[in-house]
Amino acid sequence: MLQINNLHASIEGKEILRGIDLTVNAGEVHAIMGPNGSGKSTLSAVLTGNPQYTVTEGTVSFGGKDLLAMPPEQRAHEGLFLSFQYPVEIPGVSMTNFMRAALNEKRKYHGQEPVSATEFLRLMREKRAVVELDNRLASRSVNEGFSGGEKKRNEIFQMAMLEPRLSILDETDSGLDIDALRIVAAGVNQLKTADNATIVITHYQRLLDYIRPDFVHVLYKGRIVRTGGPELALELEEKGYDWIKEELDDR
Amino acid sequence: MTTDNNKPTPPDSAGIINDVTSSDYKWGFTTDIATDIIPVGLNEEVVRTISRLKGEPEWLLQFRLDAFKRWEKMTMPRWAHLEIPPIDFQAISYYAAPRQRKAPGSLDDIDPEMKRTFDRLGIPLEEQKALSGMAVDAVMDSVSVRTTYREKLAELGIIFCSISEAVKEYPDLVQRYLGKVVSSRDNFFAALNSAVFSDGSFVYIPKGVRCPMELSTYFRINASGTGQFERTLIVADDDSYVSYLEGCTAPMRDENQLHAAIVEIIAETRAEVKYSTVQNWYPGDKEGRGGVYNFVTKRGLCRGDHSKISWTQVETGSAITWKYPGCVLAGDGSIGEFYSVAVTNNHQQADTGTKMIHLGNNTRSTIVSKGISAGRSQNSYRGQVHVAAKARGCRNYTQCDSLLLGDSCGAHTFPYIDVHNDTAVVEHEATTSKINEDQIFYCNQRGIPTEDAIGLIVNGYAKEVMQKLPMEFAVEAQKLLQITLEGSIG
Repeated sequence: MLQINNLHASIEGKEILRGIDLTVNAGEVHAIMGPNGSGKSTLSAVLTGNPQYTVTEGTVSFGGKDLLAMPPEQRAHEGLFLSFQYPVEIPGVSMTNFMRAALNEKRKYHGQEPVSATEFLRLMREKRAVVELDNRLASRSVNEGFSGGEKKRNEIFQMAMLEPRLSILDETDSGLDIDALRIVAAGVNQLKTADNATIVITHYQRLLDYIRPDFVHVLYKGRIVRTGGPELALELEEKGYDWIKEELDDR
Repeated sequence: MTTDNNKPTPPDSAGIINDVTSSDYKWGFTTDIATDIIPVGLNEEVVRTISRLKGEPEWLLQFRLDAFKRWEKMTMPRWAHLEIPPIDFQAISYYAAPRQRKAPGSLDDIDPEMKRTFDRLGIPLEEQKALSGMAVDAVMDSVSVRTTYREKLAELGIIFCSISEAVKEYPDLVQRYLGKVVSSRDNFFAALNSAVFSDGSFVYIPKGVRCPMELSTYFRINASGTGQFERTLIVADDDSYVSYLEGCTAPMRDENQLHAAIVEIIAETRAEVKYSTVQNWYPGDKEGRGGVYNFVTKRGLCRGDHSKISWTQVETGSAITWKYPGCVLAGDGSIGEFYSVAVTNNHQQADTGTKMIHLGNNTRSTIVSKGISAGRSQNSYRGQVHVAAKARGCRNYTQCDSLLLGDSCGAHTFPYIDVHNDTAVVEHEATTSKINEDQIFYCNQRGIPTEDAIGLIVNGYAKEVMQKLPMEFAVEAQKLLQITLEGSIG
């Protein structure tokens, strides 16, 4: 589904990603871990086409298409979704209007008619239940006045609405209390199918107790330096990142 | 408080926010129609000519001449935060009338070319094609072309016609109210308008009548080298209600055109007038060539107790906008409201706001102003809240927000608060924010392209004001906001 080859990217002339190779297949959950500043969030930003970053080398293919050649909205239409670490507030724009615009843009791209009002409202009801958001959601402005936990649940709600093929959860666990974490993780698990895939970016192992990864990758200084199963996350939890740093920096 | 943002865009953040590119003005066509224009220049003889062409009574000629004499002694106001190039008032023609075979009494008398013009603007002159629930007075250049639904409204005693006709048919009413809210002494442009005003709308709602449809005037400048000086007078008698809409467009021309209008509203006891404007005069091209200079004096007098006047404006057009629709709250318990969205892009300049003059006891006013600046434009809010010494228990709430798109525009706020009675409660809140790249990227990531994202964000920001517009207008105004900002972010 996703194939990243030798991806290099920089921001303001400073290279952050220095040759990432990663393959994600349908049905898989990948965790990307690593110390602060290792390039985890940069990877999600580059994949989704954030214009602040420049790709300097490498290729990314998504569903057989050249992902890097597409503008950000087209990547979304092709089924790439990012749950933001810091969801943005858009005052005065109701979640209803925002989601309808998003959904209809996607449908337009795939040659479908705009969603009917009744069908849309039914979808909103069904999908907000996934993350236990109440019916006030529809009329609230996008993320405005949402608590930290509500913002993250709102991200997963949008993911449920848009039914992406590949979701990237960028530090979705940061700032969440244990109850919110459980709700968010349950939502993500509920949305998992054999046809979609998830990349979980996290600093801590805690989230991986709830969302079980098939693969764990350690990102350090812009490269994937270790890949393993869930046991790698446990090892990191126990020993921290220092042993990896030492091992690599010695070389 | 002033927030300036004049520094050039640093190259590293050039990312989303771009220099201004195209923003198409979709109403910029001209109509090829025979027009009678008097020679350029302004002197007493010109004022007399206008009055004679319109067949006016002696008192109105005198009204004009008095105003003209005052105007000659006045100078153009320079206090606004605007760079106004010199205007040669002797290089403008003060009267332009589309030539018609006879008075436009019936639809058949109207030039088909003119009908097509208003059709293209979405303002059909045939009643059966018109928007349901809306009566329209269509004004091109200096004269009213047609007023729809007049007869139907007359059954309720409502008068809705051009002010020229009103002068002939209801001289007493016009004489009683004309110039009583905005005197020709008021300011330079008010004096100019009083001397040379050509046409406009007149509305009278009798006691106890609730006007069953929206009344609307559509102003169109067509002729080149002319100014437009229309005058609107709305009188709402005791216990009446009317909602009035004003729209305007002009062709794209390289020259600047002058528009100096006056709107006067009088609300008697418990009467309510809601006045909505979508101002979309030609704003000039992206280099700042051409565009309408819009100098407008709009004021409402809440004369009766518990009367209410509400101004809602969406200002997207004009190269220069200078207007402060205000309310004089004379009646006890009267209410004044001002809701404004002012958008400037490219090289547009706007200095707009309101005046709330509290004279009666327990009078209340609300001001919500939303400024949006893009490109290299300058957008200023200027508002005055005055509470007179004898006015007890007055309240004002002002909320004044500015939104910046890009780094080359400016937003400024100039509030004047002048309270002479210590029982008054006056609140002022102000914010300045920017549409940031994060908001746009967030929308992009959800599949919403940048142009639509900006439309969504700006309409969300302006929602509080847009909600005050009548339904038929709100949809148009929403689209207009988006179109005005098209190309402001690349």
